[in-house]
Amino acid sequence: MLSTIRPKLELLSKELINKIIEEAYIILERQGIFVENSEALGLFKEAGMKINTSSQRVFITPELIQNCLDSTPSLIKMYDRNGEKEFVVGRDEVHFDPGSTAVTILDHDTGDQRKADTKDLIRFARLTDLMDNIDFQSTAIISSDLPDIISDSYRLYLGLKYCNKPIVTGTFRVEGFKPMFDMLVAIRGSEQELLDKPLAIFDACPSPALKWSNLTTQSLIDSARAGIPSELISMGMTGATSPVTIAGTLVQHVAENLGGLIICQLAHKGAPVIFGGSPSSFDMRKGTTPMGAIETMMIDSGYTQIAKHLNLPTHAYMGLSDAKVNDNQAGLESGIGSVLAALSGVNVISGPGMMDFESCQSLEKLVIDNDICGMALRLVRGVAQRDDPIATDLFDGFTADTQFLYMPHTRKWYRKEHIFSEIIDRDTYDYWVSLGKKNSAERAKDKVKEILQEDIPSTLNADIQAELQNIMLADAKRNGVDKLP
Amino acid sequence: MNKPVLFEKMKSAVIEGNKHEAEFLAQNAVENKMELNEVIEKGYIPGIQKAGDLWESGEYFLPELISSAECMTSAMKILQPELEKAGLSTKSLGKVVIGTIEGDIHDIGKNLVASMLAANGFEITDLGANVKLEKFISKSQEINADFICLSSLLTTTMVGQKKLITMLKDKKLFGHIKVMVGGAPVNSQWARDIGADGYAENAMTAVSAAKKLI
Repeated sequence: MLSTIRPKLELLSKELINKIIEEAYIILERQGIFVENSEALGLFKEAGMKINTSSQRVFITPELIQNCLDSTPSLIKMYDRNGEKEFVVGRDEVHFDPGSTAVTILDHDTGDQRKADTKDLIRFARLTDLMDNIDFQSTAIISSDLPDIISDSYRLYLGLKYCNKPIVTGTFRVEGFKPMFDMLVAIRGSEQELLDKPLAIFDACPSPALKWSNLTTQSLIDSARAGIPSELISMGMTGATSPVTIAGTLVQHVAENLGGLIICQLAHKGAPVIFGGSPSSFDMRKGTTPMGAIETMMIDSGYTQIAKHLNLPTHAYMGLSDAKVNDNQAGLESGIGSVLAALSGVNVISGPGMMDFESCQSLEKLVIDNDICGMALRLVRGVAQRDDPIATDLFDGFTADTQFLYMPHTRKWYRKEHIFSEIIDRDTYDYWVSLGKKNSAERAKDKVKEILQEDIPSTLNADIQAELQNIMLADAKRNGVDKLP
Repeated sequence: MNKPVLFEKMKSAVIEGNKHEAEFLAQNAVENKMELNEVIEKGYIPGIQKAGDLWESGEYFLPELISSAECMTSAMKILQPELEKAGLSTKSLGKVVIGTIEGDIHDIGKNLVASMLAANGFEITDLGANVKLEKFISKSQEINADFICLSSLLTTTMVGQKKLITMLKDKKLFGHIKVMVGGAPVNSQWARDIGADGYAENAMTAVSAAKKLI
């Protein structure tokens, strides 16, 4: 059999990749990066880097960058909550997860965005668990029925309780790391087992341009030491917080992310790091950051190609939309983004369900996007040679009446060669009318109703549940909250 | 060169975002002892107003608008001290303390608002990003500010806007110092809920909202 080609999108020439990396190295050495964290500054000092203490600026030599790239693993293995299913984050493996940290949820009944509460978070986690084409969950929404100060640990708590998939999360405060880490350890049983089977990825966002804040830097250090993969989310906005050209933003993106990668390696040599991002093509008319813009996707695809050149696992915010409802725009932006992300071989694609500039999550959109993800995943599996000969034998004894429908060959392969969507409409017109002339958003709403029970039980073992609850409650109490919703 | 031609040049410099020219003309006006209030009113302000109109009509996008605002501000930096030296009022529309709340180091939106307010005649004290709430209040008292503009891009720092209003009430300053809020996660409903005096969704509406507060 001939081997199957994985279709691939590559936007940059080798020469352009090298030039972008070269300029990022120059920036790190000459302009340096701002690191607002004394522990990290100490690590840089130990590594012999020049530091301007008053401006908290670190100048990084090419040698240190190269050393840190050499010690960063090119591949990470993530495991689900049960510790059974393995997911490779690296090579051209593609995993979708819902876009993270929305502040509102789209209420399908009213058509309005509203604040989400505990019940919404539980429903979202459970729905994510049920989506076949979405491998990872994320702490997708902030719950408004608890004070913001503990919303980082609380969303992780609910995610772990109601969904079995590996989780993409992150801290909102330096003190948030400990309870969150403790919950992950409680699931695995010990720190060593968590190290052996990573369950969570922690996002850390530098502030454009070239700045690592105290909180995000601490998250990098703590995660590195705990063996938790850090996902570096550089997010320049073209012409606003990064150069207006796509190539220029790529230079800044690479410099910022390499800065984060180095902090991780200095904190713990060999720490797992994912080269990610959430950059955007800044809209000069509206002053907004469209995630569905084609230029945003070009930046994402571009840095992914560069990260692959550097032999690093990758992530991007793609497959999401800036639409406010589940309309044409929502579908087209999510569709284009998901396909381009898959073709680019982005390992972790954060997007499904998300809309309105990363600020809103929608249960219905998650169900629609699950279909989109299925198509993108099918596309990158490529066209395979299944048999030898491919088809000539099927035509043995062929007559004008021969049909393929009843051939064993058809039955053998059709489910492997073709995927079947849940929401996409493929009914005849008359049948569609008989079902009530519903559009995709309405069908998605029906689907959500059908598969989500009214009372959703935790799928987690009772002892571990109790342990998680203790950790969460203690964190809440430390922050002046006496009971959980 | 006669005055109307000079005023036209100042106006064009602002509209075109030609900072060098705007500063050069301002410097010349000072050296030639022109009446500076007239220079501002007939030369520069029509320029920033035209830039604002072009923005409203959709012809100008942010880079043009902001570079025009920058021209205006840099010309004012030359003209204002001279006016003050001569003991003339600079006709400031109001004193504004602006900043991004502690915990938040995003300041692009805040910077846009600050430059548009400055270009439109407000006196701006920009505290930068990651600013402690107490700092907003102490600075406002120190300079006798008319209002405070609070920006937050993160939901986690948005609550600081509410806290600041409570702090102003505790100090019996609420109402004396007005509060305007903005930032990506902030909307008019939130502004109403926390009792803010003003809300703006972008830099241009910030100018009209600020004018209403005065």
